[in-house]
Amino acid sequence: MFGVGARVRRKEDDRLLRGRGRFVADIALVGMRELAFVRSPVAHARILSFDIPEQVRRQVFTWQDLEPAGVRPIRAASGLPGFKVSEQPPLAADKVRFAGEPIAVTVAATRAEAEDIASQVIAEFDELPPNVDMLAAAAPGAPCVHEHWSDNIFLETRVGQSFEKDVAAAPVRISRSIRTQRQCIVPLEGKGLVAHWDRQAEQLVLYTATQMPHIVRSGLSECLGLPLEAIRVIAPDVGGGFGWKGLLQPEEVVAAWLCLHLGCPLRWMEDRREHLVAAANAREHHYEITAYADADGRLLGVDADAWVDAGAYSIYPFSACLEAAQVGSILPGPYDFPHYRCRTFSVCTNKPPIVPFRGVARANVCFAMEQIIDAIAAAVGREAWEVRLLNLVPPEKMPFDNITGKHFDSGDYPESLRRAVAGIDLASVRRRQLQGEPDGRLVGVGFATYCEQGAHGTAVYHGWGIPMVPGYEQVQARITADGGLELRAGIQSHGQGMETSFAQVAHEVLGIPLERIRLVHGDTGLTPYSTGTWGSRSMVMAGGAVATACRRLADRLRRIAAHLLQARLEDVTLSGGMLQSGQADITIAEIARTWYLAPQLLPADVDPGGLEITAGYKPKSDHGTFSYATHAAVVAVDAEVGLVEILDYLVVEDAGTMVNPAIVEGQIFGGVAQGIGTALYECSPYDDAGQPMASTLMDYLLPGFTEVPAIRIEHMETPSPYTEFGVKGLGEGGVIAPSAVLCNAINDALKARGAVVTDQPVTPARILAALRNARAEPPP
Amino acid sequence: MKPVDFDYVKPTTLAAAVDLLAQGNGSVKAVAGAQSLGPMLNLRLVQPELLVDVTAIPELLGTREEAERIVIGAGVTHARLEDGDTSERTQAVLAQIASGIAYRAVRNRGTIGGSLAHADPAADWLVCTTALGAELLLVGTAGQRTVSAAEFVVGGFETMLAPDELIVEVRVPRLSAGSRWGYYKLCRKRGEFADASAAVLVDDARGFYRCVIGATSGRPIVLDDSRPLSELAGAAAVAEALSPTALAGDAFAIQVHAAAVRRAVRAATA
Ligand SMILES: Cc1cc2nc3c(=O)[nH]c(=O)nc-3n(C[C@H](O)[C@H](O)[C@H](O)COP(=O)(O)OP(=O)(O)OC[C@H]3O[C@@H](n4cnc5c(N)ncnc54)[C@H](O)[C@@H]3O)c2cc1C
Repeated sequence: MFGVGARVRRKEDDRLLRGRGRFVADIALVGMRELAFVRSPVAHARILSFDIPEQVRRQVFTWQDLEPAGVRPIRAASGLPGFKVSEQPPLAADKVRFAGEPIAVTVAATRAEAEDIASQVIAEFDELPPNVDMLAAAAPGAPCVHEHWSDNIFLETRVGQSFEKDVAAAPVRISRSIRTQRQCIVPLEGKGLVAHWDRQAEQLVLYTATQMPHIVRSGLSECLGLPLEAIRVIAPDVGGGFGWKGLLQPEEVVAAWLCLHLGCPLRWMEDRREHLVAAANAREHHYEITAYADADGRLLGVDADAWVDAGAYSIYPFSACLEAAQVGSILPGPYDFPHYRCRTFSVCTNKPPIVPFRGVARANVCFAMEQIIDAIAAAVGREAWEVRLLNLVPPEKMPFDNITGKHFDSGDYPESLRRAVAGIDLASVRRRQLQGEPDGRLVGVGFATYCEQGAHGTAVYHGWGIPMVPGYEQVQARITADGGLELRAGIQSHGQGMETSFAQVAHEVLGIPLERIRLVHGDTGLTPYSTGTWGSRSMVMAGGAVATACRRLADRLRRIAAHLLQARLEDVTLSGGMLQSGQADITIAEIARTWYLAPQLLPADVDPGGLEITAGYKPKSDHGTFSYATHAAVVAVDAEVGLVEILDYLVVEDAGTMVNPAIVEGQIFGGVAQGIGTALYECSPYDDAGQPMASTLMDYLLPGFTEVPAIRIEHMETPSPYTEFGVKGLGEGGVIAPSAVLCNAINDALKARGAVVTDQPVTPARILAALRNARAEPPP
Repeated sequence: MKPVDFDYVKPTTLAAAVDLLAQGNGSVKAVAGAQSLGPMLNLRLVQPELLVDVTAIPELLGTREEAERIVIGAGVTHARLEDGDTSERTQAVLAQIASGIAYRAVRNRGTIGGSLAHADPAADWLVCTTALGAELLLVGTAGQRTVSAAEFVVGGFETMLAPDELIVEVRVPRLSAGSRWGYYKLCRKRGEFADASAAVLVDDARGFYRCVIGATSGRPIVLDDSRPLSELAGAAAVAEALSPTALAGDAFAIQVHAAAVRRAVRAATA
């Protein structure tokens, strides 16, 4: 009732929803001072000099102060052949490479005073031509962002061979140029930190809003030259991450060094403007795709070039090439087809460094591939879902190794599509379209199917050669003397409800009540090493480790119980928190009391490890779990003004065994809401000078609750054959399909007028422009 | 995003307030709901030495009904207008306009006077008070004057207010019972500023007709009332009206403004 599969309320919500959590901004230390960063006003320039008024000179720091003290640039190389390494000094050294790059930091008693000082710091620049558009930056002759490079390509990758002659006779050939826009990640809580030196522990303590405290610790150690044991990183309550908190940030390095240098606690809270300007850092891709199909719409081959605008630097630990390189391997999506070739380019530009945003690369390739499927369907005159169905990997082929070697673990992809078609009631939408709307709007329906690799481990990551490769995920489990359970995990829960779901896993194994199970997470001083929470991995990896640790505890409990109950080990069972043999029983609490307080009663051969265990876990295959889903939407497009209303939105998803369906649904709702932002609203455009044009929330539109419809979810539950309980990673799934689905639905609505939109976000201006173009050149 | 260091006073008389404004030489700013000024302070687009809070001045706080008009204090919030007596025709229209501004949290603090003084081209009160033929009472150290809403706004974020002047009242002529009002704004999402807007008033009993285009780059555009409404709603007329603005030739802007006019006209004539 409370274990795996139970729809229990989240333990952490009591404090979070009442405003009683503790976030970085809630931490105040005696003598704490505030930081403000001076940020580059230009996109690409040499720094000639700083003009700092004498009266504030001692409150301003630049690279000239940090470098002589031994601070090192952030460096995130990839081992992939040909990768060009960038070095990012946490305060710009001789050159700035994007507008918003930190160039100096100021310290004062309050943030307002620190900003007063920041406004007096004037840098003189020798401006250089900026690289604003990735295609232009990738072209020969573009000015180099990093001058010692030969061009602006971090990395080029190639997958597959050209196959033109194999498809020369293909009756259908579809070519598309597709753009996805640069986005900001915009978690509810921005980035923030408090740094101080703990004199007793002789440690630098950094409280920081992060998804990966252990990785931040490693990165700090590299940049500051401090041994790891001298650094403790603590993520307190964190208000959403989505990738923006999955990296070592320059501000963290600067604040950590400065607190050691000044000997006082320091705080920096990212404000929304800093976020929108300096962290406009996600999702900008360009695709040139040609797909070939037979007369039924069966895919014969996909040929693609993909560019990712990776910004100015390679971020730690994921590097600048992870996103584009993933595009090459996941573009084929959930489909089975014989020919594939893809080249990808991670392009270095004068924009903030790209960060893997929830559904990294997956949302983009889904947007591109699902448009292609719809275009093929139009070309062969079939319903788009029929063409999808024809090409999806069928359940009888599972597990399936796809064309790029991805190992799809389990599931019935076509069934999710069939259920979505039925659930959205396609037939009635088609009838409605024939009748027309009383208000003149155009109705359309769209579908998208995807599969999502999550929880990928060593087998996948060692190949990237980046500063982080996940191995065995460890969890420590400890039964307390009164029968409670403490779990310690190096992941970090920042909205995923892990304090509840991990307790459910432990409860499933040990039967200890949920309220007596506590998760300690996000603190390098208290938890085993972990690469943290990213890539839909925590439930699979750390959840698996919880189960493993608890099973081993159960075994130790049974051994002690056998002795105390004078029973044979094989007769002792554990259920409901009670150990039993025949009529005799004993509670976990009684055994715990014996271990801690009455050890004289223990058997002579008791395991001296006691009631505390650190267990490491990896799934049987750590190539990743593959969740999948079909999303379907019905929209109404107002062709006079270009507004889109989402009339219905359905998700038919399969993420394997659900530990807590309510949490699964919460992840999907939130993901779809973000995906609606990608589809219709969010965009961080740059002008020709490389200036970000959306620097407040007036210009950077996010969907609000009036823009997010009631989302309907249908679950399928095909366990993964490789993981504990058959769970799969699902944290990113919701965000992957909405932009594809909504674009397809809008195009279905515009079809009657011969118009097509291909770029995100689908704004009123883009819809009206597509309609104008369609009028100008009637379809053949 | 923290404002510069400034002082703050909250005078309780109109005379004291305009005196303070007069002393400042431009470095003193009035503040009402701070829903527009607040962000500008935080972005340091405004760096005042003194803020004069006008929300304790009695003349700015009341609403009264006169025979020919409804008089609204400049400090009355959007929320109070939204919650007004909708059995009376004019107040019902005002309530309808107010309810479409941003969301309730903004309406609870934002004021009609602040909105007009800020003169964001996309603001609801700007286009609507112009269409309603409202007048503003302005008071400064040199005395008071009355101006029409239409002439009050000079351009985008620009009004004829002198540095020592306050808007004290907004006077809206009473609509006759059979009058027709149409207002349409195109917002990409609810609560967002408009990309296009238009307001139409058809008041046969008073012989008053007006069609106004808002959300341009400048002041609201009052269309020629000698032409029939059906003609005003045409794309050509709208393109012509927008031609002196920064939106001239912008196909999207012309198209959505024309749609806004069409929809406002439809609402006022249907
Ligand atoms: C999120 C958000 C969404 C919004 N959406 C909309 C919208 O959809 N439509 C819309 O119309 N508005 C919108 N607004 C603006 C809102 O209506 C503001 O309340 C209004 O524009 C300003 O009113 P205020 O009382 O807050 O003025 P303040 O911000 O206090 O002042 C604004 C300016 O007016 C001056 N001022 C204030 N009162 C007077 C006075 N009596 N005499 C002379 N000068 C004065 C100030 O000096 C300042 O220059 C939005 C605001 C926010 C924050």
